[in-house]
Amino acid sequence: MASSGTLYRGREGMWSWVAHRITGVAVFFFLFVHVLDTALVRVSPNDYNNVIATYKTPIVNFMEVGLVGAVLYHALNGVRLILVDFWGKGPKYQRIMLWGILIVWLVVMVPGIYFMTKHTFEVMFGSGS
Amino acid sequence: MSKTPPALIAPRSARSGRTNYELYSWLFMRISGIVLIFLVLGHLFIMNILDGGVQRINLGFVAGRWASPFWQVWDLLQLWLAMLHGGNGLRTIVNDYAENDKTRFWLKSILYVSVVFIILLGTLVIFTFDPNIS
Repeated sequence: MASSGTLYRGREGMWSWVAHRITGVAVFFFLFVHVLDTALVRVSPNDYNNVIATYKTPIVNFMEVGLVGAVLYHALNGVRLILVDFWGKGPKYQRIMLWGILIVWLVVMVPGIYFMTKHTFEVMFGSGS
Repeated sequence: MSKTPPALIAPRSARSGRTNYELYSWLFMRISGIVLIFLVLGHLFIMNILDGGVQRINLGFVAGRWASPFWQVWDLLQLWLAMLHGGNGLRTIVNDYAENDKTRFWLKSILYVSVVFIILLGTLVIFTFDPNIS
């Protein structure tokens, strides 16, 4: 079937939409838990510090990298969506804009992952505390 | 002459009993999204990357931040916009995939109760936080 100009069936348009949904749902559920754990500051400083201590462990630290990656994709693709909706040439350039935001995502994530996991790698491989 | 069909007498007329709710919802997602880009990416950068990241966070760190009205307002705005943006996103997803009327009703009921609960809880915590609690 020839392309009929829809953004939402197949190829980049559809997959960017699928990824937008998945990252959105994941971030929403994290936010739910995060408000609950932060609410512990109102209950017991000790319990709060204990929960936050789990955020500093290697496994959860890698999950935080996933969270930041998900939020960053959702934010960048959100800008792309706004351009598709409001910019006259948005639909025409939607595909190239997806590759553009993926490059921006990568450029931000590489140093981001370095700084986020620096301490974890130091702990795992020796030189840290 | 043949009778003119109703669809031609009033093409694209407003459907009775409908509102512009979905239009406002669509617009809200875009406006709140733009604001959230700054609030949430700023929050993630400060909490996870800057100055040692998550390793330096504890109750004292939170107390230091919420001593300032600036960060209180930041977090309050972030909480409300993110929960409403995410809640509205999940509402859309429930509408898309839950085909049974009863399932859709209950999923959305649980969603709305959760969103209201989290917004109220977070707001309460931001406004009633006491750094000297022990």
